Amino acid sequence: MSTQTEEFEPFNTDEIEVTRPDTVTVTLKTFRFNAETDYLPYYKQYTMEVGKDELMLDLLNRIKWEHDGSFSYRRSCRHGICGACGIKVNGKATLACKQNALELVALFGNELLIEPQSKKRAVKDMIIDKKDFWDKHAEVKPYVVADVDPHPEHETKQSIEEFNKFLDSDLCIQCGSCHYACPVVEVNEDYLGPAAFNAAYRFTVDTRDEAGRERLELTSEIGPGVWDCVKCFECAEACPKDINPIEKITKLHNMQFEQGVAKPNVATKHAEGFLRGMKKYGYLDEADIVAYSEGYLGMYKHLKTAMKMMKAGKIHWHSGIPFIDSVPKIKNLDEVQKLIEISQTHKL
Amino acid sequence: MSTLKYALFTGCTAKQSTPELLSSTLAVAEKLGIEITILEEASCCGASHLQDFDEFLAHVLNARNICYAEKLGMTMITICNTCQLNSAMTKHALDTDPDLKARVNEKLAEVGLEYKGTSEIKHFLYALIDDYGLDNIKDKVQVPLSQFNIAPFYGCHNIRPSELHHNANGGENPYNPTSLDRLIDALEGHPVDYSHKNKCCGFHVELQANHTSEVLAGNAMVDAIDNNADLMVTPCPLCHLKMDTYQDDVGKVIGRDIELPVLHMPQMVALALGCTPKEIGLNFHVQKATHLYPETA
Repeated sequence: MSTQTEEFEPFNTDEIEVTRPDTVTVTLKTFRFNAETDYLPYYKQYTMEVGKDELMLDLLNRIKWEHDGSFSYRRSCRHGICGACGIKVNGKATLACKQNALELVALFGNELLIEPQSKKRAVKDMIIDKKDFWDKHAEVKPYVVADVDPHPEHETKQSIEEFNKFLDSDLCIQCGSCHYACPVVEVNEDYLGPAAFNAAYRFTVDTRDEAGRERLELTSEIGPGVWDCVKCFECAEACPKDINPIEKITKLHNMQFEQGVAKPNVATKHAEGFLRGMKKYGYLDEADIVAYSEGYLGMYKHLKTAMKMMKAGKIHWHSGIPFIDSVPKIKNLDEVQKLIEISQTHKL
Repeated sequence: MSTLKYALFTGCTAKQSTPELLSSTLAVAEKLGIEITILEEASCCGASHLQDFDEFLAHVLNARNICYAEKLGMTMITICNTCQLNSAMTKHALDTDPDLKARVNEKLAEVGLEYKGTSEIKHFLYALIDDYGLDNIKDKVQVPLSQFNIAPFYGCHNIRPSELHHNANGGENPYNPTSLDRLIDALEGHPVDYSHKNKCCGFHVELQANHTSEVLAGNAMVDAIDNNADLMVTPCPLCHLKMDTYQDDVGKVIGRDIELPVLHMPQMVALALGCTPKEIGLNFHVQKATHLYPETA
């Protein structure tokens, strides 16, 4: 090592401005749990000098090698490609082998909270049971479904444009960062989650694939499908591959309408129904959207809330007459009407 | 300091179920000497639901809204996180995709408009903090909020996706946002530290996934209450509607009695600047703050 640096001195190091100190003292407050022996999880603190080039994976290794050999975590490729070393640091989904440790210190301070992706699925320390992730991923048929000619006369070619449609979504390494950052996954156990939706999108837009309609039908169901997405953008923030899963969720929504898979229900009517108020007033009609989406019979669920809102003065009659034109009109409403007429690409 | 001038995109809720948001925004602007021109031509942003139905159409309509701010040569400010997100998403999409911009402008030309990309878009919260400045706000405080523990609830669409918002929100860290905390601090209130401050309120699935929606809102509210919050404050009227209007239902699903007034960010600022609770419409809330402000009973 030292002979190498003596032999090669390509830079005059005096000229390089070092803004960060070489090492920082960092305390890792680390989640510990062994499902076989522990009743409850606990946190252990490990303090170490962290160098500017060290990755979070290096710190996990140092906990194991320098402090406690029983500390457990998944790791394999060390190149951000196997997706094994996903953890959470101060709640931020992190691929340990890609994440510089001092960058996180800059974000969160000198005490870092090291936790598994999902505490309730913890098996041992950072290792979680990812069965729900894999089951849901498999459910969307994450592969090209096609009758393949065993003796093809020519290749199945794709244009650059066709390939670019799924280029970024194909980069998914199934690390689970987005899935376990998603708050809906925690509340609704049927919900397929952002990683499965990304996979559904990736293969549905593949021109060689023939199961697109099946995937669109599955992902259009209320409960498991895209309509339960709360639009929090946690998945976009969490993805270490910059895939932006919620962008794919929006595309799945649009494709369900474009390909006639979307059935009129409370969710699809809620999306399409925005145009009803916009055509009349320019604004959303808050009362109408609920009535239209739920159906007039379904409105009974909201009567209590409506009464409370009315009592608080939250429901106004802009026209002065109850139930008639409760919404003000924007200026130049005709422009919005015209733009909807000439720009709308499909109908429910 | 030269006078700050903004074009205000009100969004739908401030014109309908949360009129107190608009009146308190205008009250704050008046107290601070900020000039506001309301974009009365602006339509609904689509609230991310129209985007699910027809993304291109949503881009066209949002671009039209931005055109009117551009005509005034002003920064467009929003008072709703979801308006902020959808306007910023359209701006980002058009500014980075010349082909899309051309297709959108082809439609806009039919009504005599052109999207150029010359106006910035930022939420009023960040206009106050980054343009007006916390120290300047501090100087104007007449009624310090020192008797209140205030839980800041950030709302997703101002902080995520962080890359989109980075230039408009002072580089807020989505995992550890501080702007609202600093604002509360400047008004001499006590910011409540709790882990759900940057989480989702569940508003957007209120109709189709009611249980999910109630649980998400409940988790956040209970967390704030357990950390001694007297009231919650949010820059987003949709978070406000979810947590204020549905508070009883949320409590039933979570299995806890929840009583937590949820203020709009401008209402909180206006109170500290000396506006009366009536002036800024605290009486328009379903969950009244009568124990804090008896005159709103």
